[in-house]
Amino acid sequence: MNSFLLGITIFIAVLTAIALYRVAMGKTIFDRIIAAGLVGTNGFIILILIGFLFERVNMFIDIAIAYALLNFVVVIVLGKYFDRGGERL
Amino acid sequence: MVGTVIAIVLIVAGVFFLMVSALGLLRLPDFYARTHAVGKSETLGSILVLGGLAVYNGWELGTVKILLILFFVLIANPTATHAIARAALRTGRQPWTRQKTGQKTKGAEQS
Repeated sequence: MNSFLLGITIFIAVLTAIALYRVAMGKTIFDRIIAAGLVGTNGFIILILIGFLFERVNMFIDIAIAYALLNFVVVIVLGKYFDRGGERL
Repeated sequence: MVGTVIAIVLIVAGVFFLMVSALGLLRLPDFYARTHAVGKSETLGSILVLGGLAVYNGWELGTVKILLILFFVLIANPTATHAIARAALRTGRQPWTRQKTGQKTKGAEQS
């Protein structure tokens, strides 16, 4: 089960790299924002999986809760900012 | 052992949906189509993986925290995607349509 979780972690890291390509080479600014949100979501899933691998689940779950809240706040704030017009990026 | 098998099935299904989400973000033709990939597939994959990990963890305090993150993702991820899509629509970005002759596409891939 441990090696299975390790393989799942590596696979999700590869998917996060795909989303990071979209952040770097995005067509529009909104593409970059939603790709950054996907990187954040995959990031806290990887954090919980790392907690299972290190067998210290409770500590890593607390970090993942904080990370999920920050990710949500960042995407909402950027959405409201570009809703008002924002800068021409 | 039954719990471990259920956890493996849920995690593999969730990783499949995460893969669909990442490939859709890479390959779909328009911003709104990519929003579609992120808003639904990412949410479903996340809650499947987190549910599998909660089943694998058993009855502990950490399981309650994992379920807390699960419900937070279930509410927050479509909300954030909807906010971004509404901002894009209000700033005048046209959705992608296919023309009748099939030659050129209109409104896609322009920054």
